[in-house]
Amino acid sequence: MTNEAPAIDVNNLAKRFGEVKAVDGISFIIRRGELFGFLGPNGAGKTTTINMLTGLARPDAGTIRIGGIDCSRNPKAAQHLMGVVPDESNLYPELTGYENLCFCGALYGMRRSEREARARELLEAFGLSQAADRKFGGYSKGMKRKLTIAAGIIHKPTILFLDEPTTGIDVASARQIRLLIADLHRAGTTIFLTTHYIEEAERLCDRIAFIVGGRIVLIDTVEHLIQPIQERHVVQIACANTLDGMQGKLAASFPDLEFQAVAQGLIRVEASKPVRVGPLVRFLEDQGAEVTEARRMRPSLEDVFVRITGIEADAMRKEMEKAGGGP
Amino acid sequence: MKRLIAFWSILVKDMRTYYLKPPNISWGLIFPLAWTGMFFIKSGSGLESVLTLLPGVVAISILFGATSMLAVTVTFEKKNRSFERLLLAPIPLELLMLAKTGGAILFGVANAFVPVIMALFLADLSQVVWSAFVPAVFMIAVASTFLGLFIAVAVSEVFEAQTFSNFFRFPMIFLCGLFFPIEKIPIFLRPLSYVLPLTYGADVLHGAVHAGNAMPYPLDLSILCAFCLGLFAASLWNIKRKWIV
Repeated sequence: MTNEAPAIDVNNLAKRFGEVKAVDGISFIIRRGELFGFLGPNGAGKTTTINMLTGLARPDAGTIRIGGIDCSRNPKAAQHLMGVVPDESNLYPELTGYENLCFCGALYGMRRSEREARARELLEAFGLSQAADRKFGGYSKGMKRKLTIAAGIIHKPTILFLDEPTTGIDVASARQIRLLIADLHRAGTTIFLTTHYIEEAERLCDRIAFIVGGRIVLIDTVEHLIQPIQERHVVQIACANTLDGMQGKLAASFPDLEFQAVAQGLIRVEASKPVRVGPLVRFLEDQGAEVTEARRMRPSLEDVFVRITGIEADAMRKEMEKAGGGP
Repeated sequence: MKRLIAFWSILVKDMRTYYLKPPNISWGLIFPLAWTGMFFIKSGSGLESVLTLLPGVVAISILFGATSMLAVTVTFEKKNRSFERLLLAPIPLELLMLAKTGGAILFGVANAFVPVIMALFLADLSQVVWSAFVPAVFMIAVASTFLGLFIAVAVSEVFEAQTFSNFFRFPMIFLCGLFFPIEKIPIFLRPLSYVLPLTYGADVLHGAVHAGNAMPYPLDLSILCAFCLGLFAASLWNIKRKWIV
């Protein structure tokens, strides 16, 4: 990698499939050691972008530089620098976990002793030592995911592409994978992460880009992304009984506040100044509601995402879980 | 050195996971045995027919052995996306595909020597010109493997690979002069014989075993070589066009 060059430098990248513009002139720079999140709804162009960056797809226009290397001129040299964890665990089902890691190390030219030692080290680090001699085809989804990530880093890449690393696996495995990603980040690996889980990106990433319809609509640090909506004050009030028609009554009595019934017995209150909870709770109880909880909500990246894409993150998550399970 | 490690690892992995599996070994033995037996009985002319049958049986054993395995394994790896792992590795596509096809070539060559070993017990092979026979076996194995690769890259399902392979392989049994000379084929079918690579490989084998070649060896081998290069180049072009979209 060139000393001064950014880890990834993308300029005006475009890709079209027939009439559909899958990626429409996107540009961004990722610094070395940065953990960069790439978020967007299904079909937004995330996987097409990752495929172009890793050499699995050819751009129609634009340039990609990985560690200063022009990918259109020397894609194989750029591939030396990167590790790729695809959205599907695509190791060889007929090989054991250990054999899969050794084979992946060999693809990057690692010598036998070197790759065997590294494979053992990774199996240990990922908690897979007990399953090292079992065939990959017999692994659980979480184990497959962990081994696929281990295979992506066997050759100690300086840049790691993670495509939906926690999709379709159990909560404990997803948590363990997030910790592993954080460890890699701390160790200085540049990470390009695509995910459907906004909380995951919020927790892990230094910077985030939102891609919608093939275009990057926003790119910034998590802090800066949240800042505009931080000026809003949000309170959520939970009631044990149902509140038919209550929203209208509340709006009439508190004209400065905005009310939204987000679920059965749950009211979301938004205002441009701090919300006084006391009068609200008293009003609700006078109307016969049994208030169980009132709490201030911290604006999240999910709110930013909803505002930008117009897609409720919850709906997106359900769609994902329908497609392949989720944590 | 790094590229050599990658090349060797792909080759060894494929040999272990696909070609050296007991069902394939037994299939590799049974298939040539069955062909030999079938044509031997059909010839009805006793042990003296062994030498005239040997080139055809050898060619057919290589053709079926090499094309079947490669067409299926590459299609299978493409389907379960493990092939992407190879495309992401920092090795040139040409070297990667040579590593992928290396196992099938060796499997084809091994298949060729099953009928030869059987023939050793039935006939006198002392007059066989091995310096022509062995290169012909190798070149037929390469051409058959690259034909399998071409098929694997053209289709997307394993069953399509099998069907498409047979579309090429079965006509070759009758059109390439394996068991009867091309001159005996109806004249309107003869041009087809000359656009099939096995015709040239089988001709060298006939020449090496019983001096029955119709064309000089250098011409046969050069044409076979051109087929190999053409099929390999077409497969690479197809991979770049279809798999690296």
